[in-house]
Amino acid sequence: MEMPQPNSEILSKKAKIAAALRAVLPYDAVIDDPSETRAYECDALTAYRCPPMIAVLPATTQEVSDILKICHREGVPVVPRGSGTSLAGGALPTADCVILGVAKMNKVLETDYENRLIRVQSGRTNLSVSGAVEEEDFFYAPDPSSQLACAIAGNIAMNSGGAHCLKYGVTTNNLMGVTMVMMDGEIVEIGGGYLDASGLDILGVICGSEGQLGVVTEATLRILPKPEGARPVMIAFDSNEVAGACVADIIKAGVLPVAIEFMDRPIIEICENFAKAGYPDCEALLIVEVEGSEAEIQDQLDRISAIAQKHNPVELRQSQSAAESAAIWLGRKSAFGAVGQVADYMCLDGTIPVSALPEVLRRIKELSDHYGLRVGNVFHAGDGNMHPLIMFDANKEGDLELCEAMGADVLRLCVEVGGCLTGEHGVGIEKRDLMEDQYSAEDLEIQMAVKDVFDPAWLLNPSKVFPLSVSQSRRAS
Amino acid sequence: MSEILYPEDEAALAAALREATGPLQIMGGGTRQIGRIAPAQALSTRRVQGIALYEPGAMTLVAKTGTAIEDIEAVLAAEKQRLAFEPMDHRAILGTSGQPTLGGVIAANVSGPRRIQVGAARDFALGVTFVDGTGQVLSNGGRVMKNVTGYDLVKLMSGSWGTLGVLTEVALKVLPVSETQATLKIHVTTWADAVGCMSAALGTPFDVSGAATVQAEDGGFDCLIRVEGFETSVQYRASELTQRLAKFGAVDVVDDPWAEVKDLRSWAALDTVWRISVRPTDSLRVIDLMQDLQKEPGFHCQLDWGGGLIWLGLEAAQIANAQAGLALHQALQTHVAQLSGHATLVKSGFLRDQELCHFQPLGRAIEHVSQTLRKKFDPRGILNPGRMS
Repeated sequence: MEMPQPNSEILSKKAKIAAALRAVLPYDAVIDDPSETRAYECDALTAYRCPPMIAVLPATTQEVSDILKICHREGVPVVPRGSGTSLAGGALPTADCVILGVAKMNKVLETDYENRLIRVQSGRTNLSVSGAVEEEDFFYAPDPSSQLACAIAGNIAMNSGGAHCLKYGVTTNNLMGVTMVMMDGEIVEIGGGYLDASGLDILGVICGSEGQLGVVTEATLRILPKPEGARPVMIAFDSNEVAGACVADIIKAGVLPVAIEFMDRPIIEICENFAKAGYPDCEALLIVEVEGSEAEIQDQLDRISAIAQKHNPVELRQSQSAAESAAIWLGRKSAFGAVGQVADYMCLDGTIPVSALPEVLRRIKELSDHYGLRVGNVFHAGDGNMHPLIMFDANKEGDLELCEAMGADVLRLCVEVGGCLTGEHGVGIEKRDLMEDQYSAEDLEIQMAVKDVFDPAWLLNPSKVFPLSVSQSRRAS
Repeated sequence: MSEILYPEDEAALAAALREATGPLQIMGGGTRQIGRIAPAQALSTRRVQGIALYEPGAMTLVAKTGTAIEDIEAVLAAEKQRLAFEPMDHRAILGTSGQPTLGGVIAANVSGPRRIQVGAARDFALGVTFVDGTGQVLSNGGRVMKNVTGYDLVKLMSGSWGTLGVLTEVALKVLPVSETQATLKIHVTTWADAVGCMSAALGTPFDVSGAATVQAEDGGFDCLIRVEGFETSVQYRASELTQRLAKFGAVDVVDDPWAEVKDLRSWAALDTVWRISVRPTDSLRVIDLMQDLQKEPGFHCQLDWGGGLIWLGLEAAQIANAQAGLALHQALQTHVAQLSGHATLVKSGFLRDQELCHFQPLGRAIEHVSQTLRKKFDPRGILNPGRMS
């Protein structure tokens, strides 16, 4: 993965910049010792590492503003960082950058149950947002699988989704407002406790802009009353095609489950060996979860089961208790860990039209044979958000590159069938060089023109999202 | 002004924009004449129409923007699906004719009562194709449910009122039609109880899909609370809600009132109408202001979205003169700015020729960002200039 050459002029000013930052921040909020900046050398895409020049850990919006003013004046690139859980390299530093971590900014600023919203500092973790409103039986809906660790700042930057977004939507559908600091240090309020924008929907373009337009320091989030209960049904099939057809029939029947998870044979076997969840011997497994009162849950599960029966499932198991629900989810929830036990892996998240599912699974199998790398598929089937896990051996010469090449082919396949490169992880550096497969030069140009408006000098997270050759002239200026 | 231009397809539309020598008034069916409409050559997307793709099993529909909403709704209904964000039809309240189009609904981000549960039009737009002010055809997003590939210009285009580009195609997420609905009417005597009642309903786990309040004939207020879904589930939730909301007033089950709530059909004869979005409980403070300023002549008010959406209306007889109307408009926008929210003048006979901000004025930084964005998308400033001011 290519990253731009660090700017030697900036590196030569390191002491001056650190001193300027220390003048506006507490001493320990500025980290410039190379033995300590290493802690920020990567995010969850650990194949790529580069310690930053300096890391800063502000505690307030004003401190973020002060930091950005200094970096703006000195022409220093800034890479914003939430909790560093990006799978796409969204928080990967460059050697000449200041990493701006919001981890210290984790306060709840306001809870308002009457108006069903919470206002938090953006370093707060996703799960602890729900934790803050749990006692009143509310929750924050977007639930990325890293929710224990990932920060709201990163969720907003990547427009994160999760297993339950079939019903509740992703971050952008649950984000009402932000306090954001522009690269020149100006603090702006966008949106708030009300719905929809008065002018252009700036909030809509901030969400998912991968930290390239501003640094979000506070967020107003929609919270929802918790459903009375939830229970899944597990349905096993002897082919991916039949499982895919069953998903389409469930959706067409007007049942709207909160989650439809799909696992294929390689994943089922690995998960079963790892978690002993009691999954049957089959080609494809669906876990369909519904919510409501006991009677409502039973009614929906019966409707889903009746649809599934028409597709001759190998096995169909309705959970009857919390323990059975946990058993059904156990394998699925341990999927990434289980695969990690048997191999190194790369997790993609290309999204496809649900109707293309059988074709895409077949062609991923062909690519797997061609490259000689195992692939397991586990994904959110209701919305076509795939998660192919390509397994490789990091200690074997050339295997990572082989895996990357296959990953690129899988993502091109997603685009070819009418889908996209990334459904919820973001572009970062990982899919940056594939953007031209999805967008024309003009389509990329207008996106870059949006960045020009917010950050004319291209100092915020500049080497991400757009292919380096495409963004070259802007970054150099 | 010369006749309306009707390009036959996207290519002709792009050519028309490239060749344009002056400002254009961009329209779909011309049913939502909201905002400042400067004299300019009108250009309609109405003939750029047709459904390009519909996959019920994937809950996805892609259509050209000149397609009539009623045509899309008919195609969806045949598969028991719908536009869940329930777009308002402005024809009654604005006294316009013609066909509301997909392009108009997305360009104006038009939603209805169900917005409180499922999201706005902008939340259902998966992808857009549009022609920018230089005549380039550009795309963003796609036709899949989840897509974070690059910046989300789909949101930026939604609600931009044709000031950034002319939409030519939109991919939409659609949802199943509910088997049935039930609406409870809770009669209350104060606005405060109305907001309290709606807030209580929306705070339950019973998945309320509509929470509005209308003025009743006896001087009180009727809160309307809707639940939708399968028959047994709807019965259960309606009955649970009935118990929980009884403390606010008498609860009845009523016939489906939501078309009237959504389209404000009974407000057709009003002279002036504002649409205001605030934090739901702040609606009481806006109503307080109106009661201070309009106590004598009176005013009309309807709340939707649990109180977050306020419709205010005045009969011609409730406005002394244009000067008084203007003062009221400015007082509303000032008050709403203090609360954090926005007030839009949807229509007004009295204020038709007044210099005023139809849309809520923005803060300096965001106004600057908006203007700079417009310059990038439409360097010549020919697309609906001044429409959102």
